[in-house]
Amino acid sequence: MSAPTGMRNIRVVIAKPGLDGHDRGAKVIARALRDAGMEVIYTGLRQTPEQIVDAALQEDADVIGLSILSGAHNHICPRVVELLEARKISDVLVVVGGIIPDADLPKLHAIGITGVFPPGTSMQEIVEFIRQHVRPKAATS
Amino acid sequence: MYGPAETADLVYDRDLGDPGQFPYTRGIHPSGYAGKLWTMRQFAGFGTPDETNARYRQLLGAGGTGLSVAFDLPTLMGRDPDHPLSLGEVGKCGASVASLADMERLFAQIPVSTITTSMTINSPAAILLAMYLVVAEQQGADWREISGTIQNDILKEYIAQKEYIYPPGSSMRLVTDVFGFCAERVPRWNTISVSGYHIREAGSTALQELAFTLRDGIEYVEYGIEAGLAVDAFVPRMSFFFNAHNEFFEEIAKYRAARRLWSRVMRDRFDARDERSWKLRFHAQTAGVSLTAQQPHNNVIRTAVQALAAVLGGANSLHTNSLDEALALPTVEAATLALRTQQIIAHESGLAGAADPLGGSYYLETLTNDLEAGALEYFTTIDDLGGMVAAIEQGYPQREIADSAYRFQTEVERGERGIVGVNVHADDTAPGVPTMYIDEGVGDDQVARLADLRRTRDGERVARSLDALRETARGRENVMPKLLDSVRAYATLGEMCDALRDVWGEYEEAPAI
Repeated sequence: MSAPTGMRNIRVVIAKPGLDGHDRGAKVIARALRDAGMEVIYTGLRQTPEQIVDAALQEDADVIGLSILSGAHNHICPRVVELLEARKISDVLVVVGGIIPDADLPKLHAIGITGVFPPGTSMQEIVEFIRQHVRPKAATS
Repeated sequence: MYGPAETADLVYDRDLGDPGQFPYTRGIHPSGYAGKLWTMRQFAGFGTPDETNARYRQLLGAGGTGLSVAFDLPTLMGRDPDHPLSLGEVGKCGASVASLADMERLFAQIPVSTITTSMTINSPAAILLAMYLVVAEQQGADWREISGTIQNDILKEYIAQKEYIYPPGSSMRLVTDVFGFCAERVPRWNTISVSGYHIREAGSTALQELAFTLRDGIEYVEYGIEAGLAVDAFVPRMSFFFNAHNEFFEEIAKYRAARRLWSRVMRDRFDARDERSWKLRFHAQTAGVSLTAQQPHNNVIRTAVQALAAVLGGANSLHTNSLDEALALPTVEAATLALRTQQIIAHESGLAGAADPLGGSYYLETLTNDLEAGALEYFTTIDDLGGMVAAIEQGYPQREIADSAYRFQTEVERGERGIVGVNVHADDTAPGVPTMYIDEGVGDDQVARLADLRRTRDGERVARSLDALRETARGRENVMPKLLDSVRAYATLGEMCDALRDVWGEYEEAPAI
């Protein structure tokens, strides 16, 4: 399995923020990314944005994948992005899958989340998107 | 091709029976739907209790014959709207009900004695039931006469939907406390709706849905007996809830197999003698997960086919999904069209004229036999693991379902399964539909009302009632009377759930993929 960053396999934190427990999508995507050669850490349910960003830091993740079906994305996505910025982290790609109304896309795009995957998105599309958009890791000191 | 060879072993009186006769494979009513149509029960709820109340009055006015309450995630998880974890979730997936005051608003101008109400609530089911009973009391309705259902099925939460609060042992105690209380005080209430719906939505096969749901049912009966209840005192008020998915004949066979399995298990494993304990009554809902965001109008057709299967399988009540549900909660137009879909089946298709009209079909009877046999194998596996609670703690049903979900998605992506509009006949130019948008202000509104409530109620009475609740939770007495006291004192849902969290702790699942 070749590592597109040239250094190692892509590392992805898959997270279920909010109170919702419908984890079918998160689990299916986690397996698909793993089968595509990525290293996947699944946080489990009901993670706060703080816990998710902490997990991404601890795991030295390249990608945070959020699964949100409950309509709370307008609160959760900006919070995750803010927390990353507050910690001066600019090389973690944030993507989101779930029930996201079209009307909310401009708001998500404006905070830099362009990978938004509604129902019916194929696993392959998500794998490709991540491979194309993952940001090169800044050299660690 | 299926012919007489496949069904040669079938003995009519033993394996099928006339409709209304043991083992009820062909239905629990002798005349099918001729005497009484299924209940058309559309699940709805969003925003504030007032908004949901208006939708209910619209649905009842449009010929709906029962209500079905959808609660928002904070309510389902026993958190008040002002809890940090409720941020952004209030009123999004259902109605926000934080106290008796909200339940009063939800049923304003709806006399609960004239309708039946189903409430999709699990971990805090006992509390929402207590709120409903107090609203009934305020309206002057007799608890012995009112009827409805609480889902109250915690096992499928651990298995599939994951809206649990307490560890399994304490959760099961709440369930059996409701069984016991209602058997005495609210005898027409359906105390549980043992649900395969969410198991299927989480990705299980039809067989796994059938097997895990019925095995959950067995687990509840065992716990009820363990709690000192007589089988025939509580099992007649147990009901079931299945998915109505795409594979038409397999779904019909699933419902028939479920009735046959349950009647035999109740008679032979539990020695139930009341025939009401033998009869599996079920609600069906069409498969939300089968709906596509692409070409959403196609979803009307999917729902109609699925609803036909539910009716041909003898569903006692039915919810038909709206075409826009892969995108958002339904608009009023979409919800009305969904209700019309089952009204058309009821009044125009002629299907309601004969009970189990497909009974005797070589294909259907073979599928029914195969599903029953497969379910019995799963029963053995789960019995060997030590029962369903033990199986859940070992992650067994969760793994089985996740494997099936991944297999399904892989088949779709390889093109082995066609989904019209997604991987077959995709069309980017197909028209979309307008969708409902929940105002972000709902949360603020509910938080403000809650602050008012906390200011104006008798705080000491609330504290006393919560102390008494904790005390009862530590012991073995039925918690329902103390919950009713707390509800009457306008304790909030979050406060009551926290009181029980103090005593019982919280459950956490080990994350696994």
